[in-house]
Amino acid sequence: MDRTRAPQQDPAAENPEKLAEFEARLGRGETIEPKDWMPERYRKQLVRMMSQHAHSEVVGMLPEGNWITRAPSLRRKLTLLAKVQDEAGHGLYIYCGTETLGVDRSELIGQLLAGKAKYSSIFNYPTLTWADMGAIGWLVDGAAIVNQTVLAKTSYGPYARAMIRICKEENFHKRQGYEIMSTLAAGTPAQQRMAQDALNRWWWPSLMMFGPSDKDSPNTGELLRWRVKRFSNDELRRRFVNLTVPQAKAIGLRIPDPDLKYNAATKDWEFGAIDWEEFFQVIKGNGPCNAERLAARRDAHEQGAWVRAAAEAYAARHSARSAA
Amino acid sequence: MSEVSSSSQWPLWEVFTQPPGGGPHEHAGSVHAPDAELALQNARDTYTRRGEAVSIWVVPSDAIVASSPGDAGPFFEPGNEKPYRHPQFYKVPRGVKVF
Repeated sequence: MDRTRAPQQDPAAENPEKLAEFEARLGRGETIEPKDWMPERYRKQLVRMMSQHAHSEVVGMLPEGNWITRAPSLRRKLTLLAKVQDEAGHGLYIYCGTETLGVDRSELIGQLLAGKAKYSSIFNYPTLTWADMGAIGWLVDGAAIVNQTVLAKTSYGPYARAMIRICKEENFHKRQGYEIMSTLAAGTPAQQRMAQDALNRWWWPSLMMFGPSDKDSPNTGELLRWRVKRFSNDELRRRFVNLTVPQAKAIGLRIPDPDLKYNAATKDWEFGAIDWEEFFQVIKGNGPCNAERLAARRDAHEQGAWVRAAAEAYAARHSARSAA
Repeated sequence: MSEVSSSSQWPLWEVFTQPPGGGPHEHAGSVHAPDAELALQNARDTYTRRGEAVSIWVVPSDAIVASSPGDAGPFFEPGNEKPYRHPQFYKVPRGVKVF
């Protein structure tokens, strides 16, 4: 069965009484659990969001994995390794949450490996220097934390619980990255240039992580009404900018946006226009590293086949022994 | 060697972890694993990377019997209809400051 291409249903036509009850429960702030009745659209939207999120965690290991062998000290190597390992765990938490909606993890991973699944556009950019490890932890994990802190209150219980666990762990990721950036920013002129260059390259893609502008985000209204999302893409992006600008200033780095200015009345940092054409190109698969990421993921999956086979053989031998 | 070896065809196990300090085991999530021993190891790697647990239970997911959300109303009725099981049901005379 291809669950991704079922016709769009009008939820009210599906079962008006149950839908009213469902929305009343959401109105009372209740969480929806796997065995509860839910509109098919709600289930589909969650499968879409959660699987994209899980894929992002998994693909997100690749840009950083690139630098583990070249970390400048043992301390940096240990912490980067631990961070990348966390991302694998986060992918597993969310795949496990997605399975409660009746999809199989192998089906989702199959879609990822076949190039049919979406994941966060940010991971299709290259990691050119060590400073990129700083920029990713600080900006990419920083943006993810803003998004996930809100998702920890999403209406679907298993997703919310996975997010709570992830948020607890990701604070270290952001600090790890910011420490790298602040160390470089306080270093030699060459190190300072390296830090600024990384910020220049990662700033705009980080803002794009929150997704299209509200006016171009067709799913937002329904997702907000069902409390899957709690805030719009633009609102979360605004929060991230407000948090991050002072952090850049504190370590003497410049945000690469000539239009950035503080609005004393709203207490917001107002930023320049985002290049949405670039965003949609990367989403479509035309980013700098889309093909490379998928190829690396496929290789990892194929090269891991012997581990899965060994685990199965081990389990089979054990059960044969205990049966004897 | 098996050609269709795929970790997610492995049985699903529910994972319960007990935090240090004497709290009860609590549901953490699930893992796929070919047997109980590997389920425990996968659960350790997935859910206890920061000293979150002093003990792990793994239980085959299909061994769990759960109450049905559709019957939740009548099923929990016997407990919900007895406010006198809560201390707030009882009046304490005004003069009593600490009880």
